[in-house]
Amino acid sequence: MKNLFGRSWLIAVYTFLYIPIVTLVVYSFNASPLVTVWSEFTFKWYAALAHDTELTGGLVLSLKVALMSGLMSVFFGTFTAFALVRYRKFRGRTFLASMANAPLVMPDVIVGLSLLLMLVTVQRWFGFPERGIFTILLGHALTGTAYAAVVVMSRLREFDTRMEEAAMDLGCKPWQVFTLVTLPLIAPALISAFLLTFTLSFDDVVLAAFLSGPGSTTLPLVIFSRARLGLNPSINAIATAIITVVSIAVIASSIYQARAERRRQREMAEAYAQAN
Amino acid sequence: MAVTKDTPVREDLLRIEGLSKVFDESVRAVDDVSLRVAKGEIFALLGSSGCGKSTLLRMLAGFEAPTAGKIYLAGKDITNLPPYQRPINMMFQSYALFPHLNVWDNVAFGLRRDGMPKGDVAERVESMLKLVQLTKFAKRKPHQLSGGQQQRVALARSLAKRPQLLLLDEPLGALDKKLRESTQLELVNIIEEVGVTCVLVTHDQEEAMTMASRIAVMSEGSFKQVGSPSEIYETPNSRLVADFVGNVNIFDGQVVEDEADHVTVSCPECMHYVGHGITGTQGMAVGVALRPEKIQLLREQPQGPHNWCEGTIEDIAYFGAYTTYHLKLKTGMVLKVQQANLSRHNVQDPTWGDKVYAEWSADSMVVLTH
Amino acid sequence: MLANLFQRMRGLISGKRLVISIPMIWLFTLAAAPLLIALDFSFSQMDIASVASLTQWADNTLTIKLNLGNYLFLGDDPLYFKTYLSSLKFAGTTTLWCLVLGYPFAYFMARARAHLRPMLLMLVMLPFWTSFLLRIYAWKTLLISNGLVNNALMALGIIDAPLQMLNTPFSLTIGMVYAYLPFMILPLYANLVKMDTRLIEAAADLGASPWKTFWLITVPLSKRGIIAGSLLVFIPAVGEYVIPELLGGPETIMIGRVLWDEFFSNNDWPMASAVTIVMILLILVPMAIFNKYSDGGQEGEKT
Repeated sequence: MKNLFGRSWLIAVYTFLYIPIVTLVVYSFNASPLVTVWSEFTFKWYAALAHDTELTGGLVLSLKVALMSGLMSVFFGTFTAFALVRYRKFRGRTFLASMANAPLVMPDVIVGLSLLLMLVTVQRWFGFPERGIFTILLGHALTGTAYAAVVVMSRLREFDTRMEEAAMDLGCKPWQVFTLVTLPLIAPALISAFLLTFTLSFDDVVLAAFLSGPGSTTLPLVIFSRARLGLNPSINAIATAIITVVSIAVIASSIYQARAERRRQREMAEAYAQAN
Repeated sequence: MAVTKDTPVREDLLRIEGLSKVFDESVRAVDDVSLRVAKGEIFALLGSSGCGKSTLLRMLAGFEAPTAGKIYLAGKDITNLPPYQRPINMMFQSYALFPHLNVWDNVAFGLRRDGMPKGDVAERVESMLKLVQLTKFAKRKPHQLSGGQQQRVALARSLAKRPQLLLLDEPLGALDKKLRESTQLELVNIIEEVGVTCVLVTHDQEEAMTMASRIAVMSEGSFKQVGSPSEIYETPNSRLVADFVGNVNIFDGQVVEDEADHVTVSCPECMHYVGHGITGTQGMAVGVALRPEKIQLLREQPQGPHNWCEGTIEDIAYFGAYTTYHLKLKTGMVLKVQQANLSRHNVQDPTWGDKVYAEWSADSMVVLTH
Repeated sequence: MLANLFQRMRGLISGKRLVISIPMIWLFTLAAAPLLIALDFSFSQMDIASVASLTQWADNTLTIKLNLGNYLFLGDDPLYFKTYLSSLKFAGTTTLWCLVLGYPFAYFMARARAHLRPMLLMLVMLPFWTSFLLRIYAWKTLLISNGLVNNALMALGIIDAPLQMLNTPFSLTIGMVYAYLPFMILPLYANLVKMDTRLIEAAADLGASPWKTFWLITVPLSKRGIIAGSLLVFIPAVGEYVIPELLGGPETIMIGRVLWDEFFSNNDWPMASAVTIVMILLILVPMAIFNKYSDGGQEGEKT
C-alpha cells in the first residue's frame, strides 16, 4: 500500500517535471507555425536555426560568457570555500559567509540592479567599464562564486587533512601539497562546480538584461524577448537542441560515475576477500 | 637568537626539553615534557585519548609549533623546522595513503620530492615493497588493498626516505583484533631490520608493551612514568600508572613500620608486609598495588600475620588460559584474582559462594605514595 | 634569526591571509558594495539626465542630502504596498506547494532501493540543468487557450470551452512551483537520505504506528532540510521576475516586475533602488536564518 502510494507520488511528480520538456521537444518537429496545433512532422525549424543570426550569435556569445564565468566562479569559489572551511576563526568570517551565501538566494533583480548601479558609478568616475560582455561576466561570476563555493565546501568538509600532512611530512612544500595532493583530490568537485556555474551563466536572463549593452545580447535574452511576444517555433527548436546536448552530457556523466563507484566497491570487496 | 651549542649526549637521537603546547591560550595539551630517546630505540607514548600524546607526536613531526621548549634531533635544534625539512617521517593513523596514486607512486612520493634520480627511486621503491612483501601489488590503488596491506604500504612509504626518526600514530588502530597481533610482531621485525629509531603513540597498553623497549605513560599533558614495559608494569610509581597499565587491586592504608628494606602497611582488609623500602614517614597514607595474577587462592587459612585475607567468590570469568575470580572481602572491597588454568578440570577449583583465602608474597606488592 | 625568518615565511606561504583576502575583496566589491550603492541611490533624486548622489563633495565640503522622497512615495502609493504583499503571498503559496509536493517525493526517493537512488536523483537534476527560461516558456504553450491542457480537458469532456489559464494566478503559481520544486527536493532528499533508519525502527519497536513515527521522528529530524528548502524557494520567489512576466497577468503583479518597469520603462533609477532596498529589508530575516543554517550552524552541530 505504502509502496504503491510512494511509487505513484514519484511518478506523478516526475510527470509534472517532464511534461513541459517533452512538449517542447515534440512540438519542435511540428510543421504548423501555430505551436499548439499539430500538423505534420518537419525539420524546417532546425534548418531555419542555421540562418537565424540573432540566435546563433546569441549562442556563441552565451557559450563564451559561460565558459569564462565558469572558470572565474571556480577560482573565486575555491578560495571562498578554503577560507570558510579551513579557517574556523578570523575577522570578517561571518561577513564572508553571508556574502558568499547571499547570491544563492537573493532575487536576481536585486543582484542585477545593484551591480548595475555600482558599475555605472564606477564608470562615471573612471570612464570604464562599458556595459557589455565584461559586465555580464562579472554578474555571472559573482553568483557562480556562491554556487561553486557550496560545491567545493562540501568536498573540503569531508577532506582528510591528514593527506596534506602526509604530503608535507614526505617533503612537499606548501604549494606542492596543494598541486600534488589537494588539487587532484578535489578535482571532481571543481569539475562539478564548473559545470554548474557554466549552466547557470548559460541560463541567465535577468542579470544579463541589466548588465548587457548594445551588441551583447546573450541567447537567453534573445529567447526571452521572443517569448514575451508570444509563441515561436524557433524557440522549440533551439530548446530541443539544448535539451539534447545537456541530457546526453548529464546522463553520460552519471552513468560513468555510477560505473566507477560500482567498480570501486567491487575492487574493495575483492581486496578484503583476498586478504582473508 | 643565539644558536644553542650543546654537545649532544652520545647515542641520544631525540632530545626534548621542556616542551609545552597551549591551545586557545588556556588548554595545556602538552605540559613541560622532557625526554631522551636513544638511537635504535622503539619508544611508546601511552595514554588515553586527550592526554596530549598525539599533540606531542605532531610537534615532533612539525605540524604543531610548540608554545615553549626545544626539540633536538641528533644534536640539531629542529624546533622551528617545517615538516618537509625534518628527517622525520610519520605513519599516520588510518594511514593517509594518497587515494589517487597507486602503491608504487605512494612509496615513491617522498623520494621524488627530494629530486632523487629516477633509477635510484625505482631501486629504493622496489626494495621497500620487497621489505613489506607487496611487490606484486605495486600497481594497485589503495582502495584495492585490504587493511593490513594498506598498513604495510604506509610503513613502506614512511620508511622510503630512510628517516632518522620514524613516528607511528596508532599504527594498528585501524586493524581488527585478530590481525593486530600478527601485525604487531611483523611491524617490530621490519623496524628492527631497518634499524630506525621509532616513537609510537598508542592508547592500547598491550600494543605498547609488546612493541616498545621503553614506554612513557602520559596523562593531562605530562609524563607520569617513563620506563621499560616490565618496570611500568611491576613497579608503577603512582595509582594512575598502576591503574592504566593492566589490572590491579589497590588497598588503602597507613604506614605502620618504615624500614630500609621493608615497610608494613595497615589496611582495613589486612596487614601488608612489603619487601621494599619507601621514601615516606610513619603514619602516612599510601596505596598498596597488587596484581591479580600474583595472588594464590587457598582453601585453608594461611599462617602468619601478613599478606592474606578472607573472602567469598562473587564472580567467575573464564578466559581459557586463566580464570578471573572476584572475591568479596569483609570490608566490601572486591579483590580481583587471576589463576592460571594448569589442568583441564579441577574439582578443587572454587565456585560461586565459596569461602576462600587469598595469599600473596612480600615481593609482589608495590607501595604507591601518590 | 633563521628560525624567525622561517616563521614569517611560513606565515606568508601558508597564505591564510591570501586565501581569506581574495574572496573577501571579490565578494565585497561585487556583493556588498553594490548594495551600499543601491542604498545611496535610493536616497537620491532623478534629475533630468543624471542622478544626484546622496553624498556630494564640492568646495571642500561634504554634503549629505538625505532625500526620503522615494520612500515616502513608496509608503503613500497603496499600489506598492499591495505589490509587496502579493509578492509575499505568491512566494508563500509557492513554498507551501513545493513542500507539499516535494516532501513526500524526497521521502520516497530517500527510501527507494539504494541502487535506484542515483537515477532518481539524476532525473530531478536533469530539468534543473536544462534552461529554466525554456521550461517556463513550455508552460506557456501548455496553458494557452488552445494549448495542450485545454485540448486534453475538452477531449475528456471535462470542460466545454477553453479555460483562461494563462496570465492568471493559477498559471503563475504552477510555473513558480514547477521552477522551484527541485530547490525544495534536493536539500530535503540530502537530509532524509542521511537519516539513521534505526531511529525509525526504534520508534516502531517502541510501539509507534508508521504514521506517528513519521510525524514524531522523521519530520522533526528533517527540520534542517525543511528550513533550507523552504528558504531556497521563498527568498528568490519574492523577487521573481521572469515567471510573472511570461506566465502572469494583470492580477498577478509582483515586485520584481515593478522594479523592472521602474528601471527599464520609467528609467527612474532612484525609485527602482528604493523598491530594491525595501525588498531586501523584507527578505533580510529569512536570509539571516538561511545563513545560520547553511554555514555556522552545520559546523557547530557536527563538532
